Amino acid sequence: MTNFTTSNGNKERIGVYVCHCGSNIAGTVNVEEVAAWVRTELEGLGVLISRDYKFMCSSLGQELIQNDIKELGLTRIVVGACSPHLHEQTFRTACRRAELNPYLCELVSIREQISWVHTDKDQATEKSKAVIAGGVYRVVHHQPLEPLHVPIHPATLVVGGGIAGIQAALELADAGYPVYIVEREPSIGGHMAQFDKTFPTLDCAACILTPKMVSVGSHPNITLLTWSEVRQVEGYVGNFTVTIQKKARYVNDEFCTGCAICQEKCPKKVIDEIYEAGLGYRKAIYTPFPQAVPKYPVIDRQNCIYFQKGTCKACEKFCPTNAIDFTQEDELVTVNVGNIILATGYDLFDARRVSQYGYGRLANVFTSLEFERLSNAAGPTNGDIVLRDGVTVPKTVGIVHCVGSRDRNFNNYCSVICCMQGLKFAHIVHERTGATVYNFYIDMRTAYKAYDEFYQRVLEEGTLFVRGKVAEITDAARLPGEEGKLIIQVEDTLAGKQRRIPVDMVILSSGLEPRSDAKDLAKLFGISCSADGWLIEKHPKLDPVATMTEGIFIAGSVQGPKDIPTSVAQGAAAAARVLGRIQQGEIAIEPILASVDAEKCSGCRICNGLCPYNAIVFHDDRNVTEINPALCQGCGTCIAACPAGAISGTGFSDTQILAQIDGLLLLNAE
Amino acid sequence: MSDAFEPIIIGFTCNWCSYRAADLAGTARVKYPANIRLIRLMCSGRIDPTFVLKAFASGADGVLITGCHPGECHYIEQNYKALRRYLLLKRSLTQLGIEAGRVKLVWASAAEGVRLADEITKMVEQVKTLGPLNWPKWEGFFDDEIHSLVEIPEEVSA
Repeated sequence: MTNFTTSNGNKERIGVYVCHCGSNIAGTVNVEEVAAWVRTELEGLGVLISRDYKFMCSSLGQELIQNDIKELGLTRIVVGACSPHLHEQTFRTACRRAELNPYLCELVSIREQISWVHTDKDQATEKSKAVIAGGVYRVVHHQPLEPLHVPIHPATLVVGGGIAGIQAALELADAGYPVYIVEREPSIGGHMAQFDKTFPTLDCAACILTPKMVSVGSHPNITLLTWSEVRQVEGYVGNFTVTIQKKARYVNDEFCTGCAICQEKCPKKVIDEIYEAGLGYRKAIYTPFPQAVPKYPVIDRQNCIYFQKGTCKACEKFCPTNAIDFTQEDELVTVNVGNIILATGYDLFDARRVSQYGYGRLANVFTSLEFERLSNAAGPTNGDIVLRDGVTVPKTVGIVHCVGSRDRNFNNYCSVICCMQGLKFAHIVHERTGATVYNFYIDMRTAYKAYDEFYQRVLEEGTLFVRGKVAEITDAARLPGEEGKLIIQVEDTLAGKQRRIPVDMVILSSGLEPRSDAKDLAKLFGISCSADGWLIEKHPKLDPVATMTEGIFIAGSVQGPKDIPTSVAQGAAAAARVLGRIQQGEIAIEPILASVDAEKCSGCRICNGLCPYNAIVFHDDRNVTEINPALCQGCGTCIAACPAGAISGTGFSDTQILAQIDGLLLLNAE
Repeated sequence: MSDAFEPIIIGFTCNWCSYRAADLAGTARVKYPANIRLIRLMCSGRIDPTFVLKAFASGADGVLITGCHPGECHYIEQNYKALRRYLLLKRSLTQLGIEAGRVKLVWASAAEGVRLADEITKMVEQVKTLGPLNWPKWEGFFDDEIHSLVEIPEEVSA
């Protein structure tokens, strides 16, 4: 079955190199025995030389390979060492230096998959022989490959205008490249625009955010598309075509000066569920907040009296520049970009789901976002911290941590920001009302620059800390002093007893969740998200802002819960990655691709529906299928599906894999 | 090796999740039996049922197919396609007289080194209780007869 000679009939000249990795491999595998066995047993396949060496990845080890390639005229290299994820590139580069095509080298793992996981030296040695034999059988069928080069369009699309998206856009625009920002809401700013103070420095959020928003709004390289959503993404790295739906604002931005008279005159008040977290009102024609960028308002059709009842037009009557245009319609805009940065952020965990905490049922239980608005000087109470009745200042306040996070009933993960947020709230309540403040926490997580110092500061201010998960919040008074209060039932795990603590106000430090439509977003852009719904980065440590789809980057809490400094860092990091791409002008992509042999293709179309990247196109005229190499990501699903064997894949062809199986089982064949 | 039956199991892994899980098991020095030999593919969707048949025909006693968890495939949804093929393949294999326990599909994320090692250990134990497969050898059994059957007369192929 296995062909020992190549397609052109010549026997390959193979070099095999077995690494000791100090004692990492040699401690469990008899490396010399393996190398000797390969030399004698696999000679028939064309193995000319088989060596073992202390550290193959060292420059001396690489030179050994390079010299052998030159002196012995080797045409194939097999290295038995660590995982290809670690050093495949190292040995490929060594081959290239010796003028051997890098894809004619195969790295097989005898460390992560053998010496580190097995204990019996004989068994590990036998397995190493088998695994290297698999590599030798396989490498015979390798083809010389060249990376594909794709030009990069200099423009970038940033989806989401929160702090991460703003940072990314500004970095790119300042470097001189065009950026499109798409934001679903009428203004950029994101969650940060709702906050009053930011931990741990207690900077005013608006004071540090709005200058950046203004820069975005006025930057010559930035095209701002607010009140807009991405509808379709076509193309591939370097050359995406994105269709964006610009929802009708009913305000002509050429004439609008942002004077806000329309908002004053509009007779329709609407509860603002988004920006004011349901605590305040806006009009039917509105900007979410005074410093909104852009300054032009939008008309909310569902609540506009004119759109619902056919009469009113107060805004039109009072607009001094005739900017109101009720005839506007949604439009589709198409932009071409080379790279995309997704920074769509998070949704706040809906505290109603923890029914025992009474949010939505007990008036004076607030969510963290509600408290942000309550404490914000530009918020519905002008920054006065009062109960739901709007006048009473609380005398005792309980802040509950880990609401919806670190809880098997909801989310297992830690939402990162809630501890610091709870401490910030404690400080603000203490400072503005002098109330007694309790923090109920499971573990206090303040691991970042100046965070723990802030915790110490709040401790010194006299905030009381109770370690334990709150069991229930109730208004059912049982003991004297509980009437009219909210009673927090909690097990104080440090004191080892149950406590009932009566308070006037409860703030739930809710966790962060992926956007409710995160999975649709992932699908739209062809990237993956975890079961929770957070988008998945290329590597959790070494490649945190890239994704598995070339040309698509992620920044901020779309990837997982994050505080502001980390979101800003990620926004800048994603921009740096994109800039690197743009400046290179083109990108080399791994040549692991599927292709169709038109001669063999029967036009059955079985493969057509299998590709998630729409790389497979069917030509009706010729009745054959073709694969667009620029779209193909190389998963190989279509190759496995083709009943005619007409599809083949570079790097992982049928012949390579079948030969590898033969090699792996060589020792057991007899 | 001792006289006790030591099965050989071929494991198909995907480049992004299960192969990385195997890497992680190594880095964490998690121990599992040496009976498994892994093949790295880009995706579990790449697994052609032929590979599994070939492994059995060439002397493997069991085949372990691994991939990313549903919803976490790096190629979006190709592991679902692997799942579909696996279910059909398993049925065909039992009809060919290969015990269902000789082939198994396991999801393992890049963070689940310990889980993958556990699954490998379990699989090895399972195949040990089943004993050797002893399928007829491929060579000779197949080649001559099949080639004569599929030989295309020259006038047709031309």
